Amino acid sequence: MMELFTLVWSWLHTEQPLSVFVFTMIKIALVVLPLTIAVAFYSLWERKVIGWMQVRKGPVYVGKGWLQPFADVFKLLFKELVIPAKANGFLFLLAPMLTLVPSFAAWAVIPFDAQLVISNSNVGLLYLLAMTSMGVYGIILAGWASNSKYAFLGAMRSAAQVVSYEIAMGFALVGVLIAAGSLNLSKIVLAQAGNTGVFEWFWLPLLPLFVIYFLAGVAETNRAPFDVAEGESEIVAGFHVEYSGSAFALFFLAEYANMILISFLASILFLGGWLSPFPQSFIPQDASWLWLPIKDGWWWLLLKANVFAFLYLWLRATYPRYRYDQIMRLGWKVFIPITIVWVLVAGVMVYGGWLVAGA
Amino acid sequence: MNTVIRYFKSLLLIELIKGLGVTGKYFVKTKYTVRYPEENIPKSNRFRGLHALRRYANGEERCIACKLCEAVCPALAITIDSAPRADGSRRTTRYDIDLFKCIFCGFCEESCPVDSIVETHVLEYHFEHRSESIVHKHQLLAIGDRYEAEIAAARAQDAAFR
Amino acid sequence: MTFSLLLFYLFALVLIGAALAVVSVRNSVHAALFLVLAFFTSAGIWLLLHAEFLAITLVLVYVGAVMVLFLFVVMMLDVKAQPVKHSGQQYLPVAIGVALLMLAEVIALVGVGELDDGGGIQDGAAIAGLSNIEWLGHALFSDYILPFEIAAVILTVAIIAAVALTLRHRPNVRTQSAPAQSAVSASERVRLVNLPSSTAKGQTP
Repeated sequence: MMELFTLVWSWLHTEQPLSVFVFTMIKIALVVLPLTIAVAFYSLWERKVIGWMQVRKGPVYVGKGWLQPFADVFKLLFKELVIPAKANGFLFLLAPMLTLVPSFAAWAVIPFDAQLVISNSNVGLLYLLAMTSMGVYGIILAGWASNSKYAFLGAMRSAAQVVSYEIAMGFALVGVLIAAGSLNLSKIVLAQAGNTGVFEWFWLPLLPLFVIYFLAGVAETNRAPFDVAEGESEIVAGFHVEYSGSAFALFFLAEYANMILISFLASILFLGGWLSPFPQSFIPQDASWLWLPIKDGWWWLLLKANVFAFLYLWLRATYPRYRYDQIMRLGWKVFIPITIVWVLVAGVMVYGGWLVAGA
Repeated sequence: MNTVIRYFKSLLLIELIKGLGVTGKYFVKTKYTVRYPEENIPKSNRFRGLHALRRYANGEERCIACKLCEAVCPALAITIDSAPRADGSRRTTRYDIDLFKCIFCGFCEESCPVDSIVETHVLEYHFEHRSESIVHKHQLLAIGDRYEAEIAAARAQDAAFR
Repeated sequence: MTFSLLLFYLFALVLIGAALAVVSVRNSVHAALFLVLAFFTSAGIWLLLHAEFLAITLVLVYVGAVMVLFLFVVMMLDVKAQPVKHSGQQYLPVAIGVALLMLAEVIALVGVGELDDGGGIQDGAAIAGLSNIEWLGHALFSDYILPFEIAAVILTVAIIAAVALTLRHRPNVRTQSAPAQSAVSASERVRLVNLPSSTAKGQTP
């Protein structure tokens, strides 16, 4: 058994096209499957957290609440997929997939640990920006292909909102890449390594960009309080009002995968990714496994991403939905000027030697 | 100066963080939600639920067809016909309560001189046809027979206040 | 035939198909989507050439932003699927002329790489030993800083001009002012008054 394993392992590392292909597929599966399960439990966690914040208990019936996500999934899968008579059938079915694909594809460049990454690309950050901006196609097409005024209004709002907040998000990322001097996500994380642990990370010198990045991320994923694309009080459910069954499940999956993605990105770009928050001098250098949990590793990334994922839910439970014109004002007149100023500040800090990558 | 302070307040997200604090406080609060069908909250002994007609311990029905309940009912939900029974006593031949009309005010129970018509603690009942909303005398007596122990206990608890 | 060559032919086929579809499909939304596909496929071909930055930028700018706005406009205009019209024939001679000219240019370029023997076309990144994007950054911000800045200024001027051309101050329109609305405090809207009770304490009215 062990011999077979080593044989397969060494074959996977040969540089033949087939082995490279199979190895990549295995790596993709290792990211996508846990991600899908994470989405399922994230939806449960959301219902629980919002319940607790509203002094309720949340789901408690299906398997004490633990099996609720699976109940939801099976319900959606067995529901009839209704295609409205006047809808554009092909685009109507293409739209959920177009939403899902970029939100999963973006995970290709996420480094979970020093070596744990599917593609250690030199343009990782740009790739991420490209992928997150692709997601809007699904929403626009869903709104248009449904041939419904509510869906169309939701799609228009969402398109305008995503395109606007992308600019603020892009500027926040520019600040990070000025500070790190690289577009490679692994190098960005390593640029945040240092002797003082948590104080070396970019959240401190780039605090405004950090806050704006996360808030723009919330807007980019169309989540409360920026969820005017859904806006159930005024436009029913926005772009996915005509969707049911498995097509709706795909939208749901994409939205939550995007939320988890933004949580991971915020941790990687501003909170030092897999780096341990303890100062180097604090961590004993012996190889004992007892000290493993406080050393650098993927568990720190998961922990940090969890904090942001929780913050998503906390924001949703706390704030009422923004009015549409206020969203636009916030994006264009508040976020973008602040980011431009702070990109300048970051440039000065790097030039003056106050912000040294990897020191 | 005020503008500057306001500017910094909004820039530092102070009010937003306060809002997060409020929800954060409730997040850790004890939750009192009752999982209703499985759990139930304790009911008062004066709870006014489904009606019942009681009997004396010897099996004789209490109701003497005085029609006070019919007269007092504000929703006109009670209909009573009466006739002398074979032994000469005054009894009801018909005692109907329309549960769709009933507002569960409890006046019938208070007006009853012999504690015959009572409202029990039962609140979980259903009808499968519209006509079933009118409960007849034998049904009311059956309910009374079934819950006599609970009804008697609730009356005994409340006796000091009557 | 190597894997990358296979991919190239695949992408090229898709690209040509998508490009043909852009000009031939009736539904303008479909045409815009085929344009997206064409952009995406050409980005794939650029990736095969190790031009990562250009490829991703193409996706980011054209697919992610420009085409979204395009779709936006096309959907808002509510262009109906066009029936085939004979009026298309009047442009046919011009179209054929342009197509022939483009074909001639493409044919003229065939084999230029071998002919010139690298006399000007070199992979600067490979020579400098840097990644594609680092080399591009160094080149843009050192050797070509002036053209780069001029391009930036032109774009800024274009933005300002676009805003100036479309911005109209309509004096009699009532709109909400979001900053004023979000700046209000409770003291401006609510006056809490302490009203004494009309009956004395312990006395029933």
